[in-house]
Amino acid sequence: MSIFEYNGAAIIAMAGKECVAIGSDLRLGVQFQTLATDYKKVYRIHDKLYIGLAGLSTDAQTLFHRFVFKHNMYKLREERDMKPATFSQMVSSTLYEKRFGPYFVSPVIAGLDPDTSEPYLAGMDTIGAIETAKDFMVAGTAPDSLYGMCESMWRPNMEAEELFETVSQCLQSGSDRDALSGWGAVVFVITKDEVIARTLKGRMD
Amino acid sequence: MAYQMATPAHSAHGAPRAHPSWSPYDNNGGTCVAVAGQDYCVVAASTRMSTGFSILKRDSSLFLQLSDQLVIVTAGFQADSRTLHKTLQTRYVQYQFAHRRPMSVGAMAQLLGNTLYYKRFFPYYTFNLCAGLDAEGKGAVYTYDAVGSHERVGFSCQGSGKDLIQPVLDNQLKAASPLVLPPEEWMTSLPLAEAVDLVKDAFVSAGERDIYTGDAVEILIITKEGTRKEVIPLKKD
Amino acid sequence: MVASGPFDFDLCSRNAYLESKGVKPPRLTKTGTTIVGLIFKDGVVLGADTRSTSDTTVADKNCEKIHFIAPNIYCCGAGTAADTENVTGMVSSALELHRYATDRESRVVTAMTMLKSHLFRYQGHVSAALVLGGVDLRGPHLFTVYPHGSTDSLPYATMGSGSLNAMAVFEEGYKEGLDRMGAVKLVARAIRSGIFNDLGSGSNVDVCVITRGKVDYMRNYEYLMDKTVARETPVVYPPGTAPVLKEKRWKINSTRPSEAAAGGSAEAMDVS
Repeated sequence: MSIFEYNGAAIIAMAGKECVAIGSDLRLGVQFQTLATDYKKVYRIHDKLYIGLAGLSTDAQTLFHRFVFKHNMYKLREERDMKPATFSQMVSSTLYEKRFGPYFVSPVIAGLDPDTSEPYLAGMDTIGAIETAKDFMVAGTAPDSLYGMCESMWRPNMEAEELFETVSQCLQSGSDRDALSGWGAVVFVITKDEVIARTLKGRMD
Repeated sequence: MAYQMATPAHSAHGAPRAHPSWSPYDNNGGTCVAVAGQDYCVVAASTRMSTGFSILKRDSSLFLQLSDQLVIVTAGFQADSRTLHKTLQTRYVQYQFAHRRPMSVGAMAQLLGNTLYYKRFFPYYTFNLCAGLDAEGKGAVYTYDAVGSHERVGFSCQGSGKDLIQPVLDNQLKAASPLVLPPEEWMTSLPLAEAVDLVKDAFVSAGERDIYTGDAVEILIITKEGTRKEVIPLKKD
Repeated sequence: MVASGPFDFDLCSRNAYLESKGVKPPRLTKTGTTIVGLIFKDGVVLGADTRSTSDTTVADKNCEKIHFIAPNIYCCGAGTAADTENVTGMVSSALELHRYATDRESRVVTAMTMLKSHLFRYQGHVSAALVLGGVDLRGPHLFTVYPHGSTDSLPYATMGSGSLNAMAVFEEGYKEGLDRMGAVKLVARAIRSGIFNDLGSGSNVDVCVITRGKVDYMRNYEYLMDKTVARETPVVYPPGTAPVLKEKRWKINSTRPSEAAAGGSAEAMDVS
């Protein structure tokens, strides 16, 4: 068993035209036993910046609170929110600090640039190797299923509603072939002036 | 952690072995897909043969074409795949001498299942699909595990890129949202041209992410008129 | 916490305990990689592919493997992606401070020594295999740095899983005193050999030419890879396809509806 497969997760972030979407499944399990079906793995940093944390839930929660702490300290110093690129550097160095005893978490970061409304996507492994993408980013217990869906379904310049439907389908069909994730999903669509959060019904097996 | 392929460097008696991590198996990669339609069957396979981080061959076919209505496609370990194909070809000819009629897809499917299970404790490291048209002229796809467990399905895929492709087929060949619509028949109602388009796209997408899928994809389109073959280039990196 | 060196070993005992219970350590992103460098008439050319892999899956199709060290020094990285990124970053910052203190151009040997002493200290556990190149007051230099901290000074060098493919091209085509055009072409050909023949390498060719007083970083010098076939009937999901149970919307920077919180809802800090 890999500790990554202890709780189960499926996370996708996708870029559209002046909008981004990030979503996760809702299952929380201990190996094959499902404990909760309303467990979101996407966390809000501020209205234009969200982070999805796949992997060991205890580490994900600890890390999220460290990120919030660091983001608050930044706000006190700078009197502004962190930009997505700055935030992912912060996440990366937080993870790399633990190079030889890592948090078992792989993050996906989705945000909108506050000035240009350009989408920002980044993903990382457990020790903070940043990879950025213009199209989509995935993480979870069945990354190949999610990659396959996104690779086939993503198109450039999707509007918010199209983007929402595409992310939803990718998340659901991707996690239906994964025993450790599923049970519905939550998708956040971030546009220039609005955030839309939707909860989806999914297969319950 | 109960099961490991690599054997310890020393045997039970403590004597060192000549090849501590030798394995009779290799994985040569490759992906195959089959989609059954109302009056057709689309079967496709990538042509790259690899080992580790090296490419051995860029135009290696995974098909065993038995007739223009019946094909077997095999991913996994190429040496086992060759042996299996040789055995099946022979048994296919013998069947026709013995019974004086062509072999049906169902019969071939069962024969493949038996052949794989015969090696239950030293399996062929192969992942198979058996595809063709059934007695009614409908598409038929059978999917297997390495030791012969099989099932007739509407579509399936096997090999190194299966994790990437299977959810795409699930999504496109079943209703987009299985909860809001009544469940549909397992065989797709997609017209042939769209099914071929879907299969091509599935391979192009898998080739982007799976390092063992690439170079080209061979597509066999089986209808009652016979079998037509298309070859589509994939990325070569 | 024992503060010694750049790392924090807090979670090591927990993770070692988990490993002793049969838990496998996580998969890290590697840069399968072909990276090369050579010295030509007026300087150094570095080259790299742009694929990063996690096991047999491509994690990033167009990543950057030629890292900035100093205005006159660049470094190609192979191995664990996070290690190459951070080890080059550390040396780059240290050299920048050093330049402020000394008001002199950085030397390639300085960068090389800093890299090797860091890598040697961690006995190969920081797995970065590097090709370091630059031009300083003593002329062009090219070094390879191995994960355990050993180094070589060479006229032409390759590293990574595609190093043999690339070296085959260099052995066949390298001559002393190549001109710029010939050097760039040879580097690109070596990288292409890795891209097409090594499964750990792929996508595009990045090239960086360093000459005295000038750097020409040619990102995606050769853009090789696009999808071979586009779909005739792209999938478009009509609005309302996904079964929505609940929906919450709010304007940016307004108060959010309480239920719409994401997974963790940290209490908003009062910064007025």
